[in-house]
Amino acid sequence: MKKKHILSIIFCSALIIVISSCEKILPGLPDDNSVLDGQMEGLSPAQLSQFLRGDVGFNEVFSGQNGLGSVFVSTSCGSCHAGDGKGHPFTTLTRFGQTDSTGNKFLHLGGPQLQNRALPGFTPEQIPAGATFSRFTPPAVTGLGFISYVTDADILDMADPEDADGDGISGVPNWIHPPAFITPGPDAISQSGRFIGRFGKKGAAFSLLHQTVNAYNQDIGITSLFNPMDAFSRLEIDPEISTQVINDVVFYLHTLKAPIQRNASDSEVILGKNIFNQINCSGCHTPVLKTGYSPIEVLSFKEFYPYTDMLLHDMGPGLDDGYTEGNAKTSEWKTPPLWGLGLSANSQGGNYFLMHDGRARSIEEAILMHGGEAENSRMQYQSLSQTDKNALFKFLNSL
Amino acid sequence: MRISTFTFNISIVILLICFQSFSIDAQTDSTKFIQRIPADTSQQKLNMDAVYNRPFLSAGKLPVAIGGYLEANTDYRSTDGITEGLSFQARRFTLFLSSTIAQRIKFLSEIEFEDGTKEIHIEFAAMDLEFHPLFNLRAGIVMNPIGAFNQNHDGPRWDFVDRPISATTIIPSTLSNVGFGIHGKYFYQRWILGYEAYLTNGFDDDIISNSMNRTSLAEGKDEKRFEESNSGLPMFSGKVAIRNRNIGELGLSYMTGVYNKWRNDGLIVDEKRSASVFAIDFNTTLFNNRLDIKGEISKVWVEIPDTYSQAFGSEQIGGYLDVIGTIVQKPMLGWSNAKINLGFRLEYADYNQGTFNETGGEIGDHIWAFVPTLSFRPVGTTVVRLNYRFHQETDLLGNPPANTGIIQVGFSTYF
Repeated sequence: MKKKHILSIIFCSALIIVISSCEKILPGLPDDNSVLDGQMEGLSPAQLSQFLRGDVGFNEVFSGQNGLGSVFVSTSCGSCHAGDGKGHPFTTLTRFGQTDSTGNKFLHLGGPQLQNRALPGFTPEQIPAGATFSRFTPPAVTGLGFISYVTDADILDMADPEDADGDGISGVPNWIHPPAFITPGPDAISQSGRFIGRFGKKGAAFSLLHQTVNAYNQDIGITSLFNPMDAFSRLEIDPEISTQVINDVVFYLHTLKAPIQRNASDSEVILGKNIFNQINCSGCHTPVLKTGYSPIEVLSFKEFYPYTDMLLHDMGPGLDDGYTEGNAKTSEWKTPPLWGLGLSANSQGGNYFLMHDGRARSIEEAILMHGGEAENSRMQYQSLSQTDKNALFKFLNSL
Repeated sequence: MRISTFTFNISIVILLICFQSFSIDAQTDSTKFIQRIPADTSQQKLNMDAVYNRPFLSAGKLPVAIGGYLEANTDYRSTDGITEGLSFQARRFTLFLSSTIAQRIKFLSEIEFEDGTKEIHIEFAAMDLEFHPLFNLRAGIVMNPIGAFNQNHDGPRWDFVDRPISATTIIPSTLSNVGFGIHGKYFYQRWILGYEAYLTNGFDDDIISNSMNRTSLAEGKDEKRFEESNSGLPMFSGKVAIRNRNIGELGLSYMTGVYNKWRNDGLIVDEKRSASVFAIDFNTTLFNNRLDIKGEISKVWVEIPDTYSQAFGSEQIGGYLDVIGTIVQKPMLGWSNAKINLGFRLEYADYNQGTFNETGGEIGDHIWAFVPTLSFRPVGTTVVRLNYRFHQETDLLGNPPANTGIIQVGFSTYF
């Protein structure tokens, strides 16, 4: 055999060996519990395909060419919920209106949401004189499918409007009028024609479809068959997104996995969890909920750990922005789920921006801002030893 | 030992290449009646000469010479452990046509097919009229002289499968436009000084209205620019380069122009907003041409309305450094002057320099990459290359970066 042929064989063999080992130097998958994004387990191939289509829709960037604005807050769903996690002050939105529950009086002036950015040549909105407002930091969007299918009966079971148990915590649902395109399910409970809102900082959105259609319209300026009203001109215009894309995005939101706790068996985490219950944080941040029936089989009759009771609570004057939605009072906020809290910084640019408007820059700051119905728990927290506080932080960071 | 599908596939490809090398002896060169005009590899050339400094074939006394190159590769990539598997890519097939129309009047064109026929571009089609070596008129579709890579981008010249990030996303190579200008060179002992200056059509509004969710000059170079200027105002691009045969070449280039449609049907509908680029490039060869170093840094400024999204940055910066050493140069496998090169590329692009209005924190949206390469050049006009690419991409908010690894085996050859 000629020398060059031997050289060729040696070269190619060496190349095969090198490439065989190269697979090992490609970046590997991060641990499932260290990231928020990803689908639930158990989806069928058809459901996985829809999940992927929804993922594409969720991250589709809008520009002036495909419907953005003319006034807007953000250019895509994904830019407010990076990695499906909590948002950043860059995409914190502002809602404006009034202090009572008689309905928003500023809809004709661009309410309820301020579109603070505009395409070139257009002018962003301003908050009208006389309106009150509040800023909302985008929440994480993982595990929302579970929240969707908690039964109304279970939510009402957690409510204690008159504080019958005397623990200082009441808790009420936000009763809202869903928009015309929403058809409440047969098990939905109504009160004077209103239904329970379960999404949004004040629980003003009935379902993920309601939330998604509103977000496209008010955040990005995208009209749909569900809501054809242009946020800038306030005229009905042609749909700028297909119903199929909206359905896919809603399915995506339903089937994003729930955040997975880390280090659950760590002794300090267990101690922190006990302290969490002991000082009655769990009075509002209910650790365990369960779903009822869901047409998405993997969501049916499942127990999950969101650390929320999905109810409104008076959080005291410190968190009263003077703005409301539905029948929530200005100082009332829906208990945010705590799952995924420890991963928040990974979607907030390495920092914490907690509470409804991102004003708390650490978990401790957030705890100390709790007032109203949470005042007892806050005071008990302040009297903890540093060791117990550290254990509590470790537990919260493990969620 | 378990062999993965990827390893199996890539092994088959390599074995096929291996068998191919056995059959080289059996091939007959059917183009012996054609005269091959090799590229000028002397040190009298600057990057700005790259457009003519290519191998061409001419037949008999035909006044037209033809040339071109092809590049293809395999691509296996994984981002944070997620992969779409192995792909074969035919990235570019490029044809050159040149002719000397008359004494001191030349014409050259370059037509590129990217990803099969997915994109077809006329990258260069211009006439050169020489009045004096220091004063030449060039008109037609010209390559804007910004940076080095835009002028000197032929695949076979590079030891990397991918083009530099900064040269494709900060400076959108290959960037060419319709227009005209002048160029020339001056020689003095071991020094060469060259210049180019053109007025051409420019970018369009898509620079800040695109699906990338970032300022992107690449998005603003629509094919419409070959028909009319979006702004109705010419874009200037110019470059000055100096080369010393012992030291190397240094180029400074600048490009500026209004990109938005500020006037429509005679009505003033917007303010004029400009996009500008400044670039520094350099290259040198050391140790008897056995070590080749080249690099480029470019900075972009784009005027953006204050009320638009900060996702679209008004300043960008990027650059790359290529270091390639020849580790073997001798007759190999029947080729009289074959080379094996080893090297690396280090590159960076920041698409949004600045801080958030809301927090004062740094805006992210940047990428850096390290690319070691091993290449085999049987002849100067053909390269077979093996690249491993690692890059980290940070999103706008500065969240933990996405890590990507890419293994590529490919070739590029003039023909």
